[in-house]
Amino acid sequence: MGKSEVPFIEVKNLKVHYTSEGRKIHAVNQVSFSLQKGETLGLVGETGAGKTTIAKSILRILPEPPARIEDGEIFLEGTDLLKLAEDEMRKIRGRKIAMIFQDPMTALNPVMRVGKQIAEGIALHEKVSAREAEEKAKKMLEMVGIPGSRYRDYPHQFSGGMKQRVVIAMALSCSPDLLLADEPTTALDVTIQAQVLDIIKNLQKEFKTSMIMITHDLGIVAEVCDNVAVIYAGQVVEYGSREEIFDNPLHPYTIGLFGSLPDINSDVERLSPIMGMPPDPANLPGGCAFSPRCPYADETCKNTDVKLDAIDGTHSCRCLHWRRTAQMKAETS
Amino acid sequence: MANSVAVSKGAAIGRKKKEGQFSLVMKRLMKNKLAMAGLCITLLLFLLALLSPWIMPYAYDELNMIDRFATPSLKHLCGADEMGRDIFSRLLYGARWSLALGFLATIISTVIGMIIGSIVGYFGGTVDTVIMRLIDILQAIPGILLAIAISACLGSGFMNTIIALSIGGIPMTVRLLRGSIMGVRKMEYLEAAQTINCSIPRLIVKHILPNSISPIIVSVTMGIGNTILMAASLSYIGLGVQPPTPEWGAMLSAGRTYMRDYPHMVLFPGIAIALVVLSLNMLGDGLRDAMDPKLKK
Amino acid sequence: MWKYIVKRLLWMIPVLLGIAIVIFTIMYFCPGDPAASILGNSATPAAIEEKRIEMGLNRPYMVRLLDYLNQVFLHFDLGTSYFQNQSVMSGILYRLPYTFMIAIICMLLQILIGTPLGITAAVHQNGIADRICMVIALAGVSIPGFWLAMMLVLLFAVRLGWLPPYGVGGLQYFILPCIANAFAGIASQARQTRSSMLEVIRSDYIVTARAKGLSEREILYKHALPNALIPIITVVGNGMGMMLGGTVVIESVFSIPGIGMYTTSAINNRDYPVVMGGVLFLGALFSLIMLLVDVIYAYVDPRIKAQYEGQQKSWKRRKRANG
Repeated sequence: MGKSEVPFIEVKNLKVHYTSEGRKIHAVNQVSFSLQKGETLGLVGETGAGKTTIAKSILRILPEPPARIEDGEIFLEGTDLLKLAEDEMRKIRGRKIAMIFQDPMTALNPVMRVGKQIAEGIALHEKVSAREAEEKAKKMLEMVGIPGSRYRDYPHQFSGGMKQRVVIAMALSCSPDLLLADEPTTALDVTIQAQVLDIIKNLQKEFKTSMIMITHDLGIVAEVCDNVAVIYAGQVVEYGSREEIFDNPLHPYTIGLFGSLPDINSDVERLSPIMGMPPDPANLPGGCAFSPRCPYADETCKNTDVKLDAIDGTHSCRCLHWRRTAQMKAETS
Repeated sequence: MANSVAVSKGAAIGRKKKEGQFSLVMKRLMKNKLAMAGLCITLLLFLLALLSPWIMPYAYDELNMIDRFATPSLKHLCGADEMGRDIFSRLLYGARWSLALGFLATIISTVIGMIIGSIVGYFGGTVDTVIMRLIDILQAIPGILLAIAISACLGSGFMNTIIALSIGGIPMTVRLLRGSIMGVRKMEYLEAAQTINCSIPRLIVKHILPNSISPIIVSVTMGIGNTILMAASLSYIGLGVQPPTPEWGAMLSAGRTYMRDYPHMVLFPGIAIALVVLSLNMLGDGLRDAMDPKLKK
Repeated sequence: MWKYIVKRLLWMIPVLLGIAIVIFTIMYFCPGDPAASILGNSATPAAIEEKRIEMGLNRPYMVRLLDYLNQVFLHFDLGTSYFQNQSVMSGILYRLPYTFMIAIICMLLQILIGTPLGITAAVHQNGIADRICMVIALAGVSIPGFWLAMMLVLLFAVRLGWLPPYGVGGLQYFILPCIANAFAGIASQARQTRSSMLEVIRSDYIVTARAKGLSEREILYKHALPNALIPIITVVGNGMGMMLGGTVVIESVFSIPGIGMYTTSAINNRDYPVVMGGVLFLGALFSLIMLLVDVIYAYVDPRIKAQYEGQQKSWKRRKRANG
């Protein structure tokens, strides 16, 4: 891993906005991160923080309009995806980068047989005959634990968990180099969540796929991610390896996220939720976007544009007062 | 106890949302130029119809034999008919008939349809099966044919024509309301309302109807246009409102005999009908777009 | 599926019974006396009364209704016209080709012109093509069909002399009636296609298809259109109903001796057997078309097909697959 100077995928200063009824909604503001081959990056944050928009920007499948990628670069092995012609980009979608969607109920075409939906991508990218594509699609179905005999079934004949497996089979059918998993388990029952996550993990290992895992579930992050980027109001507020983030969270928002996680080991009576609501992305507060909800914020937070500050190793944090936080932590422990 | 507090809080939020929704719909509608044009033309025609006795250049039934079949000129803007009556004045005055027919018939059929639809949609089961089968039967007769038959049975005249026109429109409203009630019925907020002992009629009026109302408003707007078209067809084949009443369809019917030599006699009433229906459709389209929940995101 | 079709066909019987009762009742309460209109103005009241008894018009409502239903549904006899001394069934069958011809041509025009127009508009949403399509469509649903027919006659028959103004004969006689009658159908087809395409284009599975690397064209025709077709089919069905109704008026404009003309002129003559027969026939035709629509529905949408067939089959298959 160490020898690769050029990261496998690198997102630089990505800026995306939506226009809705004349209002400009800033969904993603200057997001940068990179990922090495075979690694998994977790994008963590609340609903509406811009995580899905980041993933869709990488695949360039944002609906334009209303969305618009204003600025930034996304390098896949050195080529800027945002500068590629549409037909070049099409060769990347599904083959080099694939995506698993949040809601399996609506992600499948209701009037097309599921097998056909998988085989379609294979036939497109791998230049094989229809029969071979069908064979491979059946193999993919078996790989996610669905009998190949159900190739001819329609989505409505599957349960939510099985649909999501179909979506996973579809995403992995051309052995992509990068998998974008957008909350792949959120819409599923808790018991099914673990199964689906296991399937993703095993297949990722088998295909040596890099992955960007979008989630708001810190448990999933702990289980599958090597690195974590915490997203708030379209910005990376804290970035680091899994250990750095879990053992030493420094941004008040990240700390808040852990605070709102039930901990079975401690006998604390109540969870401490993050107070307030996420900011209106059409009307972001000045200075630090988190300052209105931050228990530690002061006047400078509201007026200063806060930069992502390197702490040590890969760990960085977008907070003026991270040193104070670190100190306080050292004192209490 | 705690439950009901939570529910009433939810209801309060719901109400606030409703108001917000209304102003949002209005705001969207104002931005839609086509819809606003439709609204303006409709209102203008209403005004003209109301004020027609004061603004029309001639009385609608004023005979003027010298000007028989006069072609459009400054004296007669839309020409004159076979009795020398001024077509422009007749169109203005006749707008009363056409608009009243369209609006009244549609509103009557919608109200009846809503009542039946509420009953059917709420109670479901046997009531639903029986009434919907009756609706099936009514809908299997082509609308215009039904209107023709009823109109022939009741005889011509304003009220009879309204009845003939409104019966054919009932099934659509019933289906529409039934559909949206069926959709809404399963929603959780109804259960919430039931847990705080909301009576059934109250439930329908207070909770189900407001949530099903937007498709109804759109269908009424479009329905008025369609009813005006149907009323005109009815008059055209000699039923419904009869000449010499200056109803637009009746004017077309009277003019068809002379149409080869004096096309202006059929040109202008047709344009008038198309204009009203067009503006109502533009308004209806705008309303539908403004209320489309899928655009709300 | 066959079971479903048979069930629906059987269901048509009570619907037709219902139509017969409704139309019989309407006609029963119609003012005017067929006996008097048959005998003409010079008939004496006594002669009219005698004729009424002869025709059975003096019997009570229930007796006449049951008699009529018995005659239609058990003997498949629609009765005889009061005036033309011809059975209603043969009168209808004689006139059917004209109405059918117009209806079929109009339906084809509606599908073949309206659908592509709507797709074009949806794909270029808010573009110039969209605007043009929608202006045409809006005009189409707003212009009275019979007035458009009159204008077409004035232009193409009277002024230009290209086409016959009325009557029946070769194919050229059908051009103007079909254009006039189909315009509204084309327009509503285009509007519905556009809105349902727009809705489908926003769906998640279209994003999935795009993420697979399919081209916009493939997405449009393989994924969007089959889904958008589902609500469009209903419009075609309803459009057929409107078209059948529209022919009633159009036939009168162009003096085409179709079923519509047969029925409407019978209303004016109080020729009740013809009116009831005509309405019943058109109702049956319309019900058959709606059945056809539902069958096509099931063919396009597997979810609905499963509903029709009952979940049994897929359940069995799942059991087999799992067991």
